[in-house]
Amino acid sequence: MDYQAIIESLFRGLIGERFIVFALAAIGLNLHFGYTGLLNFGQAVFMAAGAYGLAMTVVTIGPAVNRNTGLNMSESTLFWVGIFMAVVVFPLVLALLMGIPTLRLRADYLAIVTIAVAEIFRLIARSPSLDKWTGSSDGLTGFTSTFYDLSPFTTTDRYFFNLFTGNQFFLVLVGWSILALGTLLCWLMIKSPWGRVLKAIREDEDAARSLGKNAYSYKMQALILGGMFGAVGGMVRAVGFSVAQPDNFITDVTFFVYVALILGGAGKVFGPLVGAALLYAVLDSSDTILRQLVANDYIPESIMSGTQVGQVRFMLVGLGLILLAAFRPQGIFGNKEEMALDDR
Amino acid sequence: MPHTKLTPTAQPRWLRILLGAIVALLGLTAIGGPALAQEDDSGGEGTEEVAPDEGASESIGGVIQARDEEGEQVLLEGVTFIVTDADDNEVGSADSDAEGVWRVDLPGPGVYSVLLVEESLPEGNSLRNPDNNPLTEISVQPNTNKNTLFPLGERTSSGDNTNRVAQLTVDGLKLGLIIAICAIGLSLIYGTTGLVNFSHGEMVTIGAMTAYVINVTWELSWFGSWMSSLVFGAMVAIAFTGFLGYIYNEFVWKPLRNKGASLIAALVVSIGFSILVRYVLLYQFGGRAGFYRDFRIGEPIDFGIFSILRKDLFIIVFSALVLVAVGLALQKTRAGKAMRAVADNRDLAESSGIDVEKVIRLVWIVGSALAGLGGVMFGLTENINWEMGFRLLLLMFAGVTLGGLGTAYGALLGSIIAGLFIQLSTLILPGDVKNVGALVVLILILLVRPQGLLGRAERIG
Amino acid sequence: MTDNSPREDDYPAMNETFDRASPFADDAGVKAGPRPDISDEEADAAFAEVVTVDGVDPVAARAALADVPWEPGAPKPDPILVADGVVRRFGGLTAVDVDHVEIQRGVITALIGPNGAGKTTLFNLLTNFDTPDAGTRVFNDKNIDNVAAHNIAGHGMVRTFQLTKALSKMTVIENMKLGATGQKGESLFRSIFPFMWRKQEKEIEERADDLLIHFKMDHMRDQFAGTLSGGQRKLLEMARALMVEPEMVMLDEPMAGVNPALTQSLLGHVTGLRDQGMTVLFVEHDMDMVQEISDWVIVMAEGQIIAEGPPASIGENTAVVDAYLGSHHDSALDLDQEL
Repeated sequence: MDYQAIIESLFRGLIGERFIVFALAAIGLNLHFGYTGLLNFGQAVFMAAGAYGLAMTVVTIGPAVNRNTGLNMSESTLFWVGIFMAVVVFPLVLALLMGIPTLRLRADYLAIVTIAVAEIFRLIARSPSLDKWTGSSDGLTGFTSTFYDLSPFTTTDRYFFNLFTGNQFFLVLVGWSILALGTLLCWLMIKSPWGRVLKAIREDEDAARSLGKNAYSYKMQALILGGMFGAVGGMVRAVGFSVAQPDNFITDVTFFVYVALILGGAGKVFGPLVGAALLYAVLDSSDTILRQLVANDYIPESIMSGTQVGQVRFMLVGLGLILLAAFRPQGIFGNKEEMALDDR
Repeated sequence: MPHTKLTPTAQPRWLRILLGAIVALLGLTAIGGPALAQEDDSGGEGTEEVAPDEGASESIGGVIQARDEEGEQVLLEGVTFIVTDADDNEVGSADSDAEGVWRVDLPGPGVYSVLLVEESLPEGNSLRNPDNNPLTEISVQPNTNKNTLFPLGERTSSGDNTNRVAQLTVDGLKLGLIIAICAIGLSLIYGTTGLVNFSHGEMVTIGAMTAYVINVTWELSWFGSWMSSLVFGAMVAIAFTGFLGYIYNEFVWKPLRNKGASLIAALVVSIGFSILVRYVLLYQFGGRAGFYRDFRIGEPIDFGIFSILRKDLFIIVFSALVLVAVGLALQKTRAGKAMRAVADNRDLAESSGIDVEKVIRLVWIVGSALAGLGGVMFGLTENINWEMGFRLLLLMFAGVTLGGLGTAYGALLGSIIAGLFIQLSTLILPGDVKNVGALVVLILILLVRPQGLLGRAERIG
Repeated sequence: MTDNSPREDDYPAMNETFDRASPFADDAGVKAGPRPDISDEEADAAFAEVVTVDGVDPVAARAALADVPWEPGAPKPDPILVADGVVRRFGGLTAVDVDHVEIQRGVITALIGPNGAGKTTLFNLLTNFDTPDAGTRVFNDKNIDNVAAHNIAGHGMVRTFQLTKALSKMTVIENMKLGATGQKGESLFRSIFPFMWRKQEKEIEERADDLLIHFKMDHMRDQFAGTLSGGQRKLLEMARALMVEPEMVMLDEPMAGVNPALTQSLLGHVTGLRDQGMTVLFVEHDMDMVQEISDWVIVMAEGQIIAEGPPASIGENTAVVDAYLGSHHDSALDLDQEL
């Protein structure tokens, strides 16, 4: 057994790229689900919007605009435009698309529509007929050089207790800065009267309306804002793995975000961070342990093969959702009293 | 969630039984495992990134298949493929095996070409697009197994006198009927308990796989040839999914109702089950698609403007009969009336002496059994794989929402419309995004008539 | 937040648990008096300062009702709310069909009727929480037919609900502060710059605290609303509605589920509101309570207004007696109860 690998995967799970991606997505989902009570089951599509917003702007749309208008934007210009598209334009359009038909209806309609939109986006992105724009199932690559050119670290060295390569370390540092800023913003907003209205809508929309709050508008604001956080997460993912691929944003990804959020505690400012760190520490280290066990023949091939290890993490997520939702909907650190309020 | 107060079941017991059921499911599917066990790495990995150091590998491969005169798929053996790299150096070659599968391991990521050696094709087969041989510029990412496709023979059903609209209408009707059979349970469960059951699709998959195990893995049939193995398999699938529905309600949903869990918590639990079961199935059966055997009622029947395979005709007629039977049962029988009454107004039904828990149990059993049956039929028209039910679930949602959440007849109507729309949308849309059409309609319907076609407007406030 | 206390609504401080009423306590949990450092007079003065409607003389308004005929749809000398031809159908059932009704400003009007009479539906229609199939509604001489439900509060009309909508996972003071309208910090952009709304927030909090003192709930200010008893929630909901600074409050069964000990205090609060010039319309089943506090009574049955008059006149009205005595079999019409 390679214990060092297990420890490393544990720490990478706690602070690494994936933690950052899912913590950002979970901050967004916390605004939706934790504070406003919106059942968004399409957080994956907001993440995809972030990834594709950047990748398409740099690799496909930008060059096409250059060709057709003679604008001649450089790749680094396109990268910054791409970030704007990824963080603002794409998620805004998606949120309006999902929100306008459903936010006046009962909560489960939003659930169905968000999951449908996530699937529509993935199907379209996969379709060979749009290969020119989306790269179909292979996705898009080659949009990250502007970002990594900014890195002060050498690519060949390893940093931070040998956990990361130079590029990875740069991404993790930038990711942590975004995360800190995002959490601060979220904290400020939730502590404000604006956040109070969100919580009121979560508790009872009609009560909020009777007190003069435009519930529809607030729900839309929360949907857009949370979607933007998800998009930032998706963008970090695309930059971190240097690819935007449709199958990285399957619906199950949304469920990962849910587990992270509920684990850390929905409706708590630090819930998403705690939950994502815990989730990925558990998933990544258990993954490594299982792979080691398989590789060293502690688990015979007939019971589990290398590919099946990857499937175990999904089962763990499923089981985690069931147990959390049934027994600890207030998160593993939530107190009993909150649960008593839930049950009333 | 509206819930009746019953004596609460002890939590640890249901948890224990739940875990027991999962283990049992694992054990059961293990029997069917080997048949489908070869993994396809393109399926099931999701967000997974395989670490580049441990035995990383890239390959190119595929399945070579043709259609015989009856339109059935035939897997071709012994077809030779040669893979060359960007500099035209041969990397390797392979012959397809008895199941038409071939694969060439690559030295690493990069751009490759694949040549199909036409002389090795069995007689009577030819490439549909000879210009695309060799396939060039195939870019292979690290740690991926790239699949290639060499279509053989003429494009089916083109050039003859079938009318495309009529043909698609018939296909759409078939799909719609299958969606409807699956979706009735989803709608009734929603109507009686308020639960949006995201794990309903897995019942569909389990139904299809149960029949697959009987039909393909065990090759079981009843009294020799008296009953075809698939019909027997379908019957077992119905019984098994119905039983699972009972277990599921008894040990998961009833305790949750008694506990007074919120609707949102219940919904999240159903999602958890959806993921858990789906990946248990993937674990056991692998990512590859399976097909039923000995159901080759080939020979398309020509109706002039459209032609239809006999198995498809059978599916349409049989599904329609099942749906009529379900409709009649809901309308005429005591149990059916009780179901509609509970779905309509639970409290009123309860106060007029209907045992609501009993009705809910029945809804779970019947709804799951119908989903299982729908799974077998869906497996017949397409193939059987681990996420077929989940994919169908979205279409079910489209159908059910279209027709009106919680109404049985609405589910029926909405599903058929969804099916027709999916198929007819291929007149405009490329085939691989045809499901998009149904989902777009779902969103449009919510804009115009949120309560669905047959739903009643809700009171607000 | 204006105070420096370590209050943190996401992670409730542990010591709060000790002085918190048990979630299952009944109304006995309401302490008899306000905090010792404030006298009743001071509390009442604070209340009068917070809740006043200018230009309304409640005594004159009540006196003016003497000339109003005792008949359905009777015109009032100074109506604040007028509804005309309001019809609402659910499927084939006509839940509300009101030709004409006027609500007098500055008095307490009770809306009574047997189960299924359409009282709550009419309530929803008057507050735009439901849209009528036909009819117009005028509030303070302004047509409110096309005003969205959330803008009704801004017009000076606020409602409560039959099933109390205390916001369980928010503290009592948060519930109260939510009620204030026109808050700068409720805009998404300004929310992240506390200096832009902190001053206003402080004023709102002071007003909320004054109201809590008047309603004798100040000792519960930092508890989660979900831990309150049914009667306390009713009180909280009423107090929260007053944060809107309305001219008219509409109370949907304010006494439902409240134990007798608290009922008197609630009734006192309702008449207290009127004495500050507020118009009150409330739905109630219990005739005793209606007799005790209302100045005018409107009776509904089967969706229509069948009688109007001062409370003393209602008991003798044959149409009303028929409606009540004949009402016990019509459970099919029991629409109100679903809310």
